[in-house]
Amino acid sequence: MSAASALSKSASKTVPESTTPTADSSTLPVGQHGIKEHSDGRFGYVPVQTRSARFKSVNVADFEAVTGREAVWKHSPVAKFTDLTAGALDGSRYTVESTPSADVSVEWVPRTDARIGTAGLPEERAAANAWSAFDEALAVTVSGEEAKEITVTRSGLGTIARGAHTIIEAKPFSQATVILHNTGDARLSENVEIILGESANLTVVSLQEWDDSAVHLANHFASVGRDARLKHVVVSLGGSIVRVNPSVRLAGPGSDTLLLGLYFADAGQHLEQQVYVFHDAPRSRSRVNYKGALQGQDARTVWIGDVLIGNKAAGTDSYEQNRNLVLSEGTRADSIPNLEIETGDIVGAGHASATGRFDDEQLFYLQSRGITEEEARRLVVRGFLTEVVQQIGSPELEARLQLAIEAELIGTDDK
Amino acid sequence: MSVLEIKDLHVSVETDQGTKQILRGVNLTINEGEIHAIMGPNGSGKSTLAYTIAGHPKYHVESGSILLDGAEVLTMTVDARARAGLFLAMQYPVEIPGVTVTNFLRTAKTAIEGEAPPIRTWIKDVRQAMTNLRMDKTFAERNVNEGFSGGEKKRNEILQLELLKPKFAVLDETDSGLDVDALKIVSEGVNRAKANTGLGLLLITHYTRILRYIHPDFVHVFVNGKIAEQGGPELADRLEDEGYDRFLVPSNVG
Ligand SMILES: Nc1ncnc2c1ncn2[C@@H]1O[C@H](COP(=O)(O)OP(=O)(O)O)[C@@H](O)[C@H]1O
Ligand SMILES: [Mg+2]
Repeated sequence: MSAASALSKSASKTVPESTTPTADSSTLPVGQHGIKEHSDGRFGYVPVQTRSARFKSVNVADFEAVTGREAVWKHSPVAKFTDLTAGALDGSRYTVESTPSADVSVEWVPRTDARIGTAGLPEERAAANAWSAFDEALAVTVSGEEAKEITVTRSGLGTIARGAHTIIEAKPFSQATVILHNTGDARLSENVEIILGESANLTVVSLQEWDDSAVHLANHFASVGRDARLKHVVVSLGGSIVRVNPSVRLAGPGSDTLLLGLYFADAGQHLEQQVYVFHDAPRSRSRVNYKGALQGQDARTVWIGDVLIGNKAAGTDSYEQNRNLVLSEGTRADSIPNLEIETGDIVGAGHASATGRFDDEQLFYLQSRGITEEEARRLVVRGFLTEVVQQIGSPELEARLQLAIEAELIGTDDK
Repeated sequence: MSVLEIKDLHVSVETDQGTKQILRGVNLTINEGEIHAIMGPNGSGKSTLAYTIAGHPKYHVESGSILLDGAEVLTMTVDARARAGLFLAMQYPVEIPGVTVTNFLRTAKTAIEGEAPPIRTWIKDVRQAMTNLRMDKTFAERNVNEGFSGGEKKRNEILQLELLKPKFAVLDETDSGLDVDALKIVSEGVNRAKANTGLGLLLITHYTRILRYIHPDFVHVFVNGKIAEQGGPELADRLEDEGYDRFLVPSNVG
């Protein structure tokens, strides 16, 4: 069907929230302090051509060589990771450390594992390259109804170009938080499949605290079953180029997802996230909230948020937003929300995106109240990012992230 | 007894057309507990004086000095001036994304006092001050000045004045853009602050109407970057009747 016609039909009547954007975005005086604001209901968004119809393949040879002009690559510095899109990848096992937890298993499984390919398939060449390359998949399998938290750490990937595959499965009615903690150096392209059985309640946190030189291209594919709930969190702080693209299919009736993102780009860093939510079942609900800060010369962030409300998805409710806070000159934040609606029967669909600047006038105002420059920056950034941090739901991780953010601010992060 | 002295202050700004002289020798002494009104036409340099006292980096002091109890203010950072006891209620208060009023007030109070205020009394003080200024409770959780109306921004400035308890406050056109009800509420706040702390006030205004509610001890007419005339409250009445025309004789017809 034509996405454009679906949009023009829906945009005028079924996008209630977007006509009243959140207080802070609607009142930012456009142009003052360099604030750019985007929030709409009637105009302003560019629909993707039916996102669900994008070409998919697990075979790298099915994709043309990457030029950087493709929709999925056009914001990324593709010349800096041709090894990951065009080279041969090492798909062997690597060292992982995981905290022990009852009812959670972490093991290597063969490519023939039945779960592989059930949550999603690659839509671009780096993902397909990784898929073609991996020898075994790392499988994290969660069962048991008690809440529990497990951290899986990768710290020794090194500089060899790698392809990897991970499965995170939450059995029906199970509950857990799985933290994927990434540190050290890496040149990695990977796919992560996240499978939620009926009524499972799973939080997945992908935490990027890579070394300065690391390049990480990740695609997360999630499939959320009936009445299941996925909280997915992308935290990108360290790394040279970090691109984590979560793609969530709300596959079962009543399924629910909260997609959170937190990123802090400093000088020279490229942090990107392309978020896709596919409402493919009735009464499904999604919320997307990504917030980023940028500081330093050539700090660069990209957020693309696609929401597709499919024709099976009657009674859905969705809202996505991205906000960026610019802390210095020389940065660039792209923020592109897309909404595509194939059914007229929805509870709500809206989006907002705004990029605000912390500027000298704000600094002067805070200082004129006795607050030091350093404290002023900390106040603003903490205030801005806390909303996301607090929703993660892991007190220990939240406390750690507050410290990590402050370290980013004063440039003392030892990356 | 605190005193704020401004001595032969010359200030310029950089513009696209080059350096522009704004203040041309301002002299003014304010003692604790005194209210000085500075009145002058638009563009005469009133805000420049206010910003220079607060230390805005855009304004270059060419010569002169500002002393607070004998200590040179001009060499202090902006935040140090606030901690030394100076406060500026701005003509155009700035929006701060991501920072709630509550968080902002507590951080500022902590910075100025050098230690966090005792939580229980602080919360009570903030509530009381907000009630006095007829500010809705929901203000506390909104981001500083974000989406505030003009009147709400001005109340928020006076809220800070009452809570931060400076020795000297400069109020830059706090009255402009306020309807009469808001003007009364804001004026009450200023008078309350003075009654409670005995601060000295520099009240910058274009119109005389705020002087009905806040009674100055001294009135200074500010024209072309300096004080052209000074007197008591009666000078304000004269300005009310005659306007500024008398001071604007075109001396530099060219
Ligand atoms: N930052 C600035 N850049 C350029 N010109 C300025 C700046 N600030 C003030 N001026 C100029 O200086 C003069 C005095 O301004 P201001 O102090 O704001 O006056 P007032 O507050 O009395 O209206 C005006 O002509 C104004 O245009
Ligand atoms: Mg002014």
